[in-house]
Amino acid sequence: MNAAVNELRPDLALIAGWITPGARVLDLGCGDGALLAHLAEQRGARGYGLEIDPANVAACVARGVNVIQADLDDGLRDFETGSFDYVLLTQTLQALQRPDEAIEEILRVGRTAIVTFPNFGHWRVRLALMNGRMPVTKTLSSAWYDTPNIHLCTVADFEALCAVRGWQVHERRLLNRAHREGWTIRLAPSLFAEVALYQLHGRVGG
Amino acid sequence: MSADASESSVGTVIPQLIDIDAPLILDCGRLLPRHQLMVETYGSLNAEASNAILICHALSGDHHAAGYHDDERKPGWWDNCIGPGKPIDTSRFFVVSLNNLGGCRGSTGPNTVDPETGRVWGPDFPLLTVRDWVRSQGLLADRLGIAQWAAIIGGSLGGMQVMQWAVDLPRRIRHAVVIAAAPQISAQNIAFNEIARQAILSDPDFHGGRYFEQGVVPGRGLRLARMLGHITYLSDAAMRAKFGNDLKAPQPSFNFDVEFEVESYLRYQGEAFVDRFDANTYLLMTKALDYFDPARDYDDSLVTAFQQAQARFLVIAFSSDWRFSPARSREIVKSLVDAGRDVSYALIDSELGHDDFLMPLPDYHRMLRNYLSRVADEVGA
Repeated sequence: MNAAVNELRPDLALIAGWITPGARVLDLGCGDGALLAHLAEQRGARGYGLEIDPANVAACVARGVNVIQADLDDGLRDFETGSFDYVLLTQTLQALQRPDEAIEEILRVGRTAIVTFPNFGHWRVRLALMNGRMPVTKTLSSAWYDTPNIHLCTVADFEALCAVRGWQVHERRLLNRAHREGWTIRLAPSLFAEVALYQLHGRVGG
Repeated sequence: MSADASESSVGTVIPQLIDIDAPLILDCGRLLPRHQLMVETYGSLNAEASNAILICHALSGDHHAAGYHDDERKPGWWDNCIGPGKPIDTSRFFVVSLNNLGGCRGSTGPNTVDPETGRVWGPDFPLLTVRDWVRSQGLLADRLGIAQWAAIIGGSLGGMQVMQWAVDLPRRIRHAVVIAAAPQISAQNIAFNEIARQAILSDPDFHGGRYFEQGVVPGRGLRLARMLGHITYLSDAAMRAKFGNDLKAPQPSFNFDVEFEVESYLRYQGEAFVDRFDANTYLLMTKALDYFDPARDYDDSLVTAFQQAQARFLVIAFSSDWRFSPARSREIVKSLVDAGRDVSYALIDSELGHDDFLMPLPDYHRMLRNYLSRVADEVGA
């Protein structure tokens, strides 16, 4: 049991801290189910993961995590409005066909959206581009021609979209390369954050 | 995780005929005071009786799911999946496989003798529903001393029995594994079944179902029914890959003999079926399939039906299956999610069509293996 806690990535551990006990959770792109297994054990959370990769689906099943094999680009039409307390989208936003529509759907299905993504405004990304090359970093580890990441954005881009769509930013955390909140991030968040984490609520009255 | 090398066969198996002496009230209103079920078991029941798995068969299946009969070289119909070290691991589980009531492979059915009249049931055998089968299987569980199945597993019509179990006898099933099934039958499915039935009913040798007394079987009708069924079990792509449109001879012969490979395949399948299956049972099985609708008892709400269930579910569909397509499995999954039940869903990439649920596809078997090994841990198997 403790092994699972130790294994959990720091950004996922931070998300786990946001989830209220007994919550109903939908984890989009749930990978091998580590986070959901942790939430079930530590928070008594119940829910499902959505995952497209067969090996990951099999890994979730081996952990006893509820997983539904599905393509996130097909949307969430199989899920009723307001049926989850939290819908999670961790490090997957940038790989979707329409990230904006995905978030609208997430806010329909869940009361709170938890969205994390790699910040394309990080100084290493900017440095690589200044040198005339597409960046390859720890969080963006693929080359331009075979990357699944087709809709990259910066922290500023994301917040601009939230403002335009009327999504309420309930909470924001920016983490550095070690997935910690260091002094550099406090100094210049959009330059030093490698991973951005948001809790969003839908439009007021929407 | 066991490698293929550690898999083995359950070996020679001997079916046993089990007397179910409790009365069974059927959905059609008739009562069977007692009946018999032909059963095979593999592995051994543990002291707590917590490691039992029930296998539910599909339209033309029977109790012989694994291992070998003395006089046959071909193993049971799901031998690639059931055995020591296989996904349904008989070194951990006690696996029970039966020929359903109404079947033609030894269980009480149209081709057995009605003790009341002393003659073969034939067309007088009552039509059955999936709910009737679940009741009959429940009585079998009582008889075997199994209060709760660790899991019930079935593909196609077998998967429908699994769902009905979870709804009707929720405390007696821990895990429900529903493979290549549908939440109810579509008009298209009923249409195919109706053509199959008409083929049998219109065969001059059918004699209103009393063909045994006439010393014949409605072979032409049964053959046609099976040929039609086989078309729906295979994908277009699989048929193309398997048979193409090649002529067997260099030139067309301009008659109705077998000219194309697919014709020869269908005729062979039809012929083989006549030798092992009973027409009255085929009629009864297709009707049970048509009647299946667990939502009917709950104001046509599958969600409400599944709210009765307590089992955890694993639902598996195959991408090339058009008979019970992945979309139908997604309907099951959606209703389970809306009912707040635990469910996992796997869509297996496949080519053959509906028949893939019987094939040892690596992704499919890994899914079953991973799921069932957790079940085994959970029940102390």
